[in-house]
Amino acid sequence: MKRVALVGMPNTGKSTLFNRLTGAQAKVGNWPGITVDLLSAKLLLGDQMVQLVDLPGIYDLRGFSEDEQVVTTFLSEQSVDAVLVVLNASQLERQMQLFAQLAQFGIPLVLVLNMADEAAALGITIERETLAGWLGVPVCLVSAKHGQGLEQLRGLIVHALRAPAQAAPSDEGVIEAALRSTVHVPAQASHRLTEKIDRVLLDPWLGLPLFFGVMLVLFEAVFWLGTPVQNALAEGFSALRAAALEPALAAAPPVVSGLLLDGVYNGLSTVASFVPLIILFFLAMAIVEDTGYLSRAAFLIDALMARFGLDGRSFVMILMGFGCNVPALMGTRVMRSRGLRLLTMLVIPFSLCSARLQVFLFFIAALFPPRIAPLVLFSLYVMSIGAAMLTSLLFKRRFENSDPFVLEIPPYRFPTLRQVVLRGWHEVGHFLRRATRFIVAGVVLVWLLTNFPAAAAPGSAETWAGHVGAWLSPVLSPLGIDPKLTIALIFGFVAKEIVIGSLAVIYAREGGALVSAIAHDVTWVQAYSFMLFTLIYTPCLSTIATIRSEAKNRAFSALAVAWPLALAWTVSFVFYQAASYF
Amino acid sequence: MYLSPAQTLAALAPGECATILALHAGDALHHRLSALGLRAGKTVRLIRRARFGGPFHIRVGTTDLMLRIPDARRIQVRKA
Repeated sequence: MKRVALVGMPNTGKSTLFNRLTGAQAKVGNWPGITVDLLSAKLLLGDQMVQLVDLPGIYDLRGFSEDEQVVTTFLSEQSVDAVLVVLNASQLERQMQLFAQLAQFGIPLVLVLNMADEAAALGITIERETLAGWLGVPVCLVSAKHGQGLEQLRGLIVHALRAPAQAAPSDEGVIEAALRSTVHVPAQASHRLTEKIDRVLLDPWLGLPLFFGVMLVLFEAVFWLGTPVQNALAEGFSALRAAALEPALAAAPPVVSGLLLDGVYNGLSTVASFVPLIILFFLAMAIVEDTGYLSRAAFLIDALMARFGLDGRSFVMILMGFGCNVPALMGTRVMRSRGLRLLTMLVIPFSLCSARLQVFLFFIAALFPPRIAPLVLFSLYVMSIGAAMLTSLLFKRRFENSDPFVLEIPPYRFPTLRQVVLRGWHEVGHFLRRATRFIVAGVVLVWLLTNFPAAAAPGSAETWAGHVGAWLSPVLSPLGIDPKLTIALIFGFVAKEIVIGSLAVIYAREGGALVSAIAHDVTWVQAYSFMLFTLIYTPCLSTIATIRSEAKNRAFSALAVAWPLALAWTVSFVFYQAASYF
Repeated sequence: MYLSPAQTLAALAPGECATILALHAGDALHHRLSALGLRAGKTVRLIRRARFGGPFHIRVGTTDLMLRIPDARRIQVRKA
């Protein structure tokens, strides 16, 4: 089968073109010698099947960034029959440099000038056939976003595979001469509407307040829309369980039904509960990113973030982490610098997510008078931001931002519904493929720990989890965390949503009785120490699964678990000892 | 060589244009700047600067870019 690779600069709509050509059936695959996942798909072109591979967006082939190496390795080690060079039709003057560098591989090239609609709107004219004559390669003008010019492109690919063109020129002089005589750019080619909008959105005074306003609206929209769907989904899962699964397993021994229902089924419903949030998050992200606002956000907040070794895009992800860490971690993929991305991923889990908020609201209501309850909650948000800042300051040297911070500010664009939906669809698929097994295995493990040996009451001190709790007691009692709360922390490792439920099992009480039992058992100092620990240590199994699949590095994943644990212990220890002393 | 900030992109006021004379940057930054259109002989315009010592918003050809002050100080220009 013939293989065709897509190569182009970032922000040229390369992925949109890939989606247009392949539909939504692309698969993530591994290639020998290549560390990142590449999307590829098979499609019928003319009368033959062709494999189309989407390579990472790159600026240059002379550099040493990870993405550049992926492209170089792929083009020199895999057999590639043709390369589609995707460039932004209104920026040929600078982007043709990449064409010249690709010509040196000696692989037949097809030059795809994307965003032809924008170029036309700017008054740029391109003499396509003359340019093709100059360069000796097929050239076509497309608009991937609107699906224009794709038929011609398919024809050119078929032709290029059947009768490969001679070597394209790699000499910059020849290319410059070709552009001078075929591409006509008016003297004042600027995006007027973009300039008008930027005068407001990037205003020295209004810019930042507007940015926080936009973020607040998006955040509220994602989580106010997502939470009811999430709850409905959870109800659906428990209804299915009560109506079908429990009766079906009624005859099975309790160990088997417990393992299947409380282990595997609960694991699957945990995974499913993230799906609506991920879809909505990436819907919001697709809008922010595709309109071009994300790079404006980076511009506005960079002065602050640069001090912490982060950038404005990290800020947006950390903020989104206050809703749910999982999609925020996945969103870091927009950052191409690995150092910056890892540092952001290390920081995001400190964002006080909505699941942790539930635990805190419960404990605060149980142990603090209503008058100071808001202050207690506020102090936890301050601690959350403090832990994030401390972590980035401590680790910014280790995860140095290797990529130059020079970002394009694209013109404002209106994303199509198709783009937005495809993005959400791809991301959900990615999460399900990567995290399902890990999360289900983790939930099963915690179920085993808290239900065995079979003679012990679930969640009691006699279970294996109870033994672990007793064994950990020398470590956790200096924090004021007693064995019962320790078991809750073990449950909380799976998901913070189940901490309160697990306390009900551990105390064998529910509702108001549970609240008064805990208020009787635990002092406010212990409770605050427990909340600090809960805030800072591993947010949940799904977060770890996501870090693991996104970073693809064991040492980093281990650090992302160990460092928050160490920090959580230290903070709780200092607080508990100090508060007990006074 | 030593560049006084006055000879660089960092000295432009919003709205001012200049011609790029040279890039005094290491390989990685040099390649990136060149790929984004910042090359000797090109005209660059400073659109605006972010508050609190934040990045510069510049335009080169049909491309808008942001870059931080230390990077802007590596781009030697002559005011138009």
